Amino acid sequence: MTPEKLYETLKKIQEPKGYYFNRNKTMVMELMQSLLENKDRYGYMACPCRLASGNQQDDKDIICPCVYRKQDVIEFGSCYCGLYVSKEWNEDKIVHIYVPERRPPEKMKC
Amino acid sequence: MAKNVFLYALSTCIHCKNTKEFLDNKNIDFDFVYVDKLTGDEREKAIEEVKKYNPKVSFPTIVIDGEKIIVGLNKEEILEACGK
Repeated sequence: MTPEKLYETLKKIQEPKGYYFNRNKTMVMELMQSLLENKDRYGYMACPCRLASGNQQDDKDIICPCVYRKQDVIEFGSCYCGLYVSKEWNEDKIVHIYVPERRPPEKMKC
Repeated sequence: MAKNVFLYALSTCIHCKNTKEFLDNKNIDFDFVYVDKLTGDEREKAIEEVKKYNPKVSFPTIVIDGEKIIVGLNKEEILEACGK
């Protein structure tokens, strides 16, 4: 699958749920590439911005879209990576701040 | 005197990429490692190091002169810690 194909596929699924891709298309396409790279090396689309363990069960909370996205987008308008954002975030209606890591350290088994 | 700047990063992480670009643009010399590309003992050692500096083991983790720790691309903090 190409990054462009993944982009189109995900966009159709995620936008109706209120999750928009970051308006920075270059960044988004790099993250599409990273997701595909992680799919190749781990067998699942581990979050590009987190250290995957290589064990799908241990990493099920950080398989993109991660379980932390919902709360991060509610609080910050953006997921941890900055891949998925709210409409307001893309329209600069809310301040863009650096999203801290919400994942509990004990979840990391690598 | 130039600061010793070390960056723990992931090869797939966009924030890590942006941090490297930022350091380059500001002419701040640094070394880095892609922890996700390491294996075996080397990987375990690097993860232990990151854990020591940043218990959340999140990336990028920037270590300046072995003591000042900055997590994430916090530009002002980086510039200040590097005396720029």
